[in-house]
Amino acid sequence: MIAMPDPDTQILARRDEIAAQLRMLLPAASVIAEAERMRAYESDGLTAYRQMPLVVALPETTKQVAAVLRWARREGIKIVPRGAGTSLSGGALPVADAIVLGLGKFKAVLDIDYANRTVTVQPGVTNLAISKAVDAAGFYYAPDPSSQIACTIGGNVAENSGGVHCLKYGLTTNNVLGVEFVTPDGEIVRIGGKHLDAPGYDLLGLLTGSEGLLGIVTEVTVRILQKPETARALLLGFATAEEGGDCVAAIIAAGIIPGGMEMMDRPAIHAAEAFVHAGYPLDVEALLIVELDGCAAEVDHLIERVEAIAKSHGVVVSRVSTTEAERMNFWAGRKAAFPAVGRISPDYYCMDGTIPRAALPRVLAAMRDMSTKYGLGVANVFHAGDGNLHPLILYDANVPGELDRAEAFGADILKLCVDVGGVLTGEHGVGVEKRDLMEYQFDAIDLEQQHRLKRAFDEDLRFNPGKVFPTLHRCAEEGRVHVHRGETRFPDLPRF
Amino acid sequence: MTDLPNRLRPRDEADLAELVRSASGPLEPIGGATKRALGAPVAFEQGGATLLDLAAFDGIVAYEPAELTLTVGAATSLGVVQRELDAKQQMLAFEPMDPRVLLGSVGTPTVGGTVAAALSGPRRIKSGGARDHLLGLKAVNGRGEPFKAGGRVVKNVTGYDVPKLFAGSWGTLGVMTELTLKVLPAPETERTLLIDADDASIAISILSRALGSSHEVAGAAVVNGRAAIRIEGFGPSVAWRVDALARELGAPTIEVLDADISRAFWRDVRDVRPLATAPIVWRVSTTPSLAAAFVARVAQTTSLRALYDWGGGLIWLGLDAPHADAVRGALVDGHAMLFKAPAEIRARIPVFQPAPPTLADLERRVKQSFDPDNRLNPGRR
Repeated sequence: MIAMPDPDTQILARRDEIAAQLRMLLPAASVIAEAERMRAYESDGLTAYRQMPLVVALPETTKQVAAVLRWARREGIKIVPRGAGTSLSGGALPVADAIVLGLGKFKAVLDIDYANRTVTVQPGVTNLAISKAVDAAGFYYAPDPSSQIACTIGGNVAENSGGVHCLKYGLTTNNVLGVEFVTPDGEIVRIGGKHLDAPGYDLLGLLTGSEGLLGIVTEVTVRILQKPETARALLLGFATAEEGGDCVAAIIAAGIIPGGMEMMDRPAIHAAEAFVHAGYPLDVEALLIVELDGCAAEVDHLIERVEAIAKSHGVVVSRVSTTEAERMNFWAGRKAAFPAVGRISPDYYCMDGTIPRAALPRVLAAMRDMSTKYGLGVANVFHAGDGNLHPLILYDANVPGELDRAEAFGADILKLCVDVGGVLTGEHGVGVEKRDLMEYQFDAIDLEQQHRLKRAFDEDLRFNPGKVFPTLHRCAEEGRVHVHRGETRFPDLPRF
Repeated sequence: MTDLPNRLRPRDEADLAELVRSASGPLEPIGGATKRALGAPVAFEQGGATLLDLAAFDGIVAYEPAELTLTVGAATSLGVVQRELDAKQQMLAFEPMDPRVLLGSVGTPTVGGTVAAALSGPRRIKSGGARDHLLGLKAVNGRGEPFKAGGRVVKNVTGYDVPKLFAGSWGTLGVMTELTLKVLPAPETERTLLIDADDASIAISILSRALGSSHEVAGAAVVNGRAAIRIEGFGPSVAWRVDALARELGAPTIEVLDADISRAFWRDVRDVRPLATAPIVWRVSTTPSLAAAFVARVAQTTSLRALYDWGGGLIWLGLDAPHADAVRGALVDGHAMLFKAPAEIRARIPVFQPAPPTLADLERRVKQSFDPDNRLNPGRR
């Protein structure tokens, strides 16, 4: 397990007084200090880690956020920002001597501007609610993390969330135009708006994906797009992962950027098919879903081209969706891959590295060797277009030693991702989970420069302590997303 | 011809780091030196800075078309890169402008300078700006420390997105030596619809309707009283979308430009060629629906020529004199950059829109975190 920094015992001792002071700054209902009510905040999507907060504060206005932060600065109290708490990397994990500052009451859609194709919302609005707010006019907000029914736009900004469509439509950072945020000093700052590109340094780009270490976002302006006219998908099976990977490369080399392009390996295909009966072929090593979206003229044209490319790359099973129901069916198994794996194994870890796609055969082969070495199975789902790999390591926490082996296996996979020219995390964030692997990807001087940036915003390091950057108090083991007998924190939330 | 200031030519990263570390005065990193007339003059009062010539950091390090990534030395010529990409039918999708058209500068624009100035062209509205395509970098900060940031893959959230800060940093945070960029397939073909419009506000509302359609508009400008809409992609798709859009817009006179003429048209928009002879040029970013009224307000003070890009969100204003108060005073939101003006004017008038105090303070602290002694391009922004 990853060790968190030792709490400040003087702050712990002042807990009642701190709650009382917060009640002077906020409405009574906005301060939670009772253990049974704080329990809901003790972890996020990284369920192996739990910690009761010092106090939970749920302000209702930007001014209240600023007031709390100014007071917290004076008092030297740490802050853990929180949206819906769906982070898979522990980004919203409480710290014993810190106030959890939740943005759950910031739920208003402030402005919908079709002429300029923007929506301005408060940070507690969910990702999906933005699309729903503009759905009647045919618009949507493109980034679609799998947790989109629950995750908030504030959390998306903090984590730079992706989704299956991000190769074509971009991550959060490519779709946010402006924010209002409150600095750790309690200053309210606006960056960007409905116009493009900042006159000064791109602080909007820096804040996006900063994992709650630099401030609290209190308002977000995003760009919206008109929905594509139609979408169709191909289901392509290959006898080897190499052929599947080569087919993906050939599609991109042909100038085609699909709306979605997903790959599964044999164990993932079998688990998904057993669970949802999507009609997946079971005698292939790699299954590819390629979705084309746009006008019908384009989609029909590209379906033919992708079919031809697949044929010349040894495809053994090739199906094209002709109805919307068929397209959804192609996706059903892929979108159920995580819970499907949860059915065949008592526990699994979800990893999240990115690799140059050309390294896929090498990485899969190395993973097979590791699987033998550690005596644990692994199923792979892969955002094939952008090289973002989600290996699911299968283990049983009730068998002595398996947890340790699974953790070591996971760390080896992420190091392998870095070794082949990739990175530790493509979309889940570093958080607590991968904090102690940062030194594997970055040199000391790279990390020191990032630390200096942190201090430019948060001089006394009070925001989300113990996250993202290694501290002096390190523990040898690295924790992961543990799912035990399907008991995730959000069991009804799709994850893919 | 003024005397060239001192010029240092680091051989490699270690050499560069040592030069920055031991510098006794201000340094101005240059690649092709085509954009020295952009931004405020460096170290104006000290009579200029020592030039840091990055010519040694030249060449393509890795180009992986199937990975959509390109890694190059900072001083690699933009033209060389574009030829390499052309050969694989790919492109830098942010469509960087050629600054020489407007500035009258000579030399070869480089990748490093292009990203440092974040000069994104017409496709900004669809594919993003320079910021959205810089995946990773190596640089030497103002302390003389070489460091890296970001990565070499297209999807990465490991640590702060430091590359975003470097796009548009104007060489003030660090000296970039190597950049990894996201590249994208070049469109198979393109067409442009030209629609007569009585005034800019009508033209911009036409662009707004086009941009709000599902036809994936890749360029939306107002040039010489006409709204211009670019549609690009695969042949059958472009043909269908051009027809559909013309029908939906229902304008009486629509001219359609074929691929070659369309390319030339957008090259001129990208490079702001219609304003090339204007002595003073402002680059204004604002909410598109506010653009026409903004220009009308400035026109009450001075005669002007305007070119609108980005659906109205980017306005190029050609003037005879700076009229900074009129331009910035007319702006409701967004920001105005004094893009082209003689050095003595750029030394006197803030080239970049001044930030509110709290934001300016944050930016100052960010700068200090990279370059505490203000060695790199002091005064440029």
